Amino acid sequence: MAKVTFNEELCKGCGLCVAACPKQILALSKVRLNQKGHSPVEMTNQEACIGCAFCATMCPDCVIRVER
Amino acid sequence: MAVVFEKPHALTDAVLHYCPGCPHGIVHRLVAEAIDELGIEGKTIGIAPVGCSVMAYDYFRCDMVEAAHGRAPAVATGIKRCMPDNVVFTYQGDGDLASIGLCETVSTACRGENITIIFINNAIYGMTGGQMAPTSLLGQVTQTSPYGRDPKTQGYPIKICELLSTLDAPAYLERVTVTDVKNVKNAKRAIKKAFQNQIEGKGFSLVEVLSACPTNWGMTPTDALQWVTDKMVPVYPLGCFRDKE
Repeated sequence: MAKVTFNEELCKGCGLCVAACPKQILALSKVRLNQKGHSPVEMTNQEACIGCAFCATMCPDCVIRVER
Repeated sequence: MAVVFEKPHALTDAVLHYCPGCPHGIVHRLVAEAIDELGIEGKTIGIAPVGCSVMAYDYFRCDMVEAAHGRAPAVATGIKRCMPDNVVFTYQGDGDLASIGLCETVSTACRGENITIIFINNAIYGMTGGQMAPTSLLGQVTQTSPYGRDPKTQGYPIKICELLSTLDAPAYLERVTVTDVKNVKNAKRAIKKAFQNQIEGKGFSLVEVLSACPTNWGMTPTDALQWVTDKMVPVYPLGCFRDKE
């Protein structure tokens, strides 16, 4: 069981983590904005996460923390 | 649960000012991870350049100096010679290192100063609004080459690793990129090695990181990284150009 947490206020919605995720379970929010006006990344299926940290490796802004 | 990934300690809590998807953030993190893993946070001195990464001095939790445009290797030389026990690195873009600072870069490499240089090559001037850089590709459209870079009037791209590999003194020259997870891990290895070389006193180490500029290239961040793979890597081949034992 892996746990991924996002520091949403740092997210700029660039989508590099979404493209890097091998399970394709990340998506940019379609309904929420953070304080800077970006669409933050969201986890769509926490159960499917394998904790590989590929998303965090590609994130330029250290938004993502991964535990496993 | 064990922590698999979190922000390295050597990065401050300041919010990066870079555009969405700018690989500067990835490379900053790799440098910080190398500083953490080598346990040199207290004795590292960084030199920030002029360019997009001009405010790198706010982002690293170590002493930082801001150099005049292109002069980071000269400043680093002075600091390293005065304080040889400290680890000195510069973090420079292509407009800084390959254009206005080319003289300092070549001279410092030629003297084999025991410093580490992290060179970000994204083939364009980012901060000033997307003008042609010496590293821009042939045919690349920029603000100052609207019909594409023409070698008859604007010359050919400067390949820094190849250029410096003609010198005898440099200890370590490697070109890497950060387009995907595999390459990011490889870039991390190269950056850590460049710092390790300095600690071991091997001499001048430079890591060139092929990077992207989604904003000034007019692409999405993912398309920009694909462009690096498709267009830049064939011109700037990845690999190690010098590794002295």
